[in-house]
Amino acid sequence: MDWGALHTILGGVNKHSTSIGKIWLTVLFIFRIMILVVAAERVWGDEQDDFVCNTLQPGCKNVCYDHFFPISHIRLWALQLIFVSTPALLVAMHVAYRRHEKKRQFRKGGQKCEYKDIEEIRTQRFHIEGSLWWTYTSSIFFRLVFEAVFMYAFYFMYDGFQMPRLMKCSAWPCPNTVDCFVSRPTEKTVFTIFMIAVSSICILLNVAELCYLLTKFFLRRSKKAGNAKHHPNHENKEETKQNEMNELISDSCQNTVIGFSS
Amino acid sequence: MSWGILCDLLSGVNKYSTGIGRIWVAVVFIFRLLVYIAATENIWKYEHDEFECNIKQPGCENVCFDHLFPVSHIRLRALQLIMVSTPSLLVVFHLAYRESRENHHQQKICQSPGEIDGGLLCTYLISLLLKTGFEIVFLALFYKLYNGFKVPHLVKCDVRPCPNTVDCYISKPTEKVIFLYFLVATSCLCMLLNLSELSYLIFKYSMK
Repeated sequence: MDWGALHTILGGVNKHSTSIGKIWLTVLFIFRIMILVVAAERVWGDEQDDFVCNTLQPGCKNVCYDHFFPISHIRLWALQLIFVSTPALLVAMHVAYRRHEKKRQFRKGGQKCEYKDIEEIRTQRFHIEGSLWWTYTSSIFFRLVFEAVFMYAFYFMYDGFQMPRLMKCSAWPCPNTVDCFVSRPTEKTVFTIFMIAVSSICILLNVAELCYLLTKFFLRRSKKAGNAKHHPNHENKEETKQNEMNELISDSCQNTVIGFSS
Repeated sequence: MSWGILCDLLSGVNKYSTGIGRIWVAVVFIFRLLVYIAATENIWKYEHDEFECNIKQPGCENVCFDHLFPVSHIRLRALQLIMVSTPSLLVVFHLAYRESRENHHQQKICQSPGEIDGGLLCTYLISLLLKTGFEIVFLALFYKLYNGFKVPHLVKCDVRPCPNTVDCYISKPTEKVIFLYFLVATSCLCMLLNLSELSYLIFKYSMK
């Protein structure tokens, strides 16, 4: 179990996402998770060992380190990535529920010609409309909230995004104000700024996706209202044609959500 | 040997779970297992090396560490994850037994929890009760060992061979407390999900 498993889970959701959602997922995995695992963890790997205080007083270094770093950058980023990825599961659950309902109807014999077999239901791609639209939009909203909360927490805990070289500490049992030196401060500042920049890009992508979905929703509504006035039956035929086309143009992605698509 | 085995087990059980059961699996995978591997393990990795006492007496640090942490927090968490996931094996075994019986007698088998009969339902309910029981036991153990989910930055130790009461400093206490609270929160969430699933199944089958 590692970040790869999260990739598998979210890959299943990717099938039902918008294009902006797919870009967001790529940015998340390549520029955030991969950078965290491959680079950032090494930079912060020796953070306490190489945190040095100008004193021989036992315990002073431990206390000062705890005072300046209540929670390590690495752990905070790991938590941020987990929380930001989780709202996508709402979409996965909704899709799984819809599939389950369709399979139940299929077994009862309700769906006469729409599906040839259960495999078709399993591989069907659902479009973001109706209740799924609300679930998808809520998941984007929660993602935005989590991103903002973690960025603020970061800024608040570390007084900005820069890692200083020297910190002055006078917590007990340090006998007086003691100089403490952080290891690799410049490298840590570079990576912090990088991660913050990528978080901002992800926030922008989420906002763009939200705007796109809202625009699509209002356009569809006004189109329906217009069609209902002029062509009461035409709209249904158009929708059926569109549905058929959409079924033909299905995503070739083979990733499946663990257990949710059974 | 790694956490992959547990993942495979839980994924297998997921097929036969209710909706709430699947949410439970997702919570265990993401908020407990992934957080354990990605974050928590590294916080406690060098806990012994970074544990420091204000004394030069050889052996004092070792003895104090052992006195304060009889079982490491991280090992207790790993045990908790394993014990809490294992009752699902009861369901897997029961299903395997049924399948072999079906192959023998060529009878129909239930495909989903919506159709399970008394025997499999009983097994499922027992597994839910066991999961909840283990969660409570481990939370109580954490509470007892950590004096109410606290990790102080300083502890006083006077165990032999320490010559007197000695100040010992724990590394990263704030970070440890944050993740301890996270563990408690996720345990409580899992317990809640188990109890909801239990009530839902009992209600559903008593209505029948």
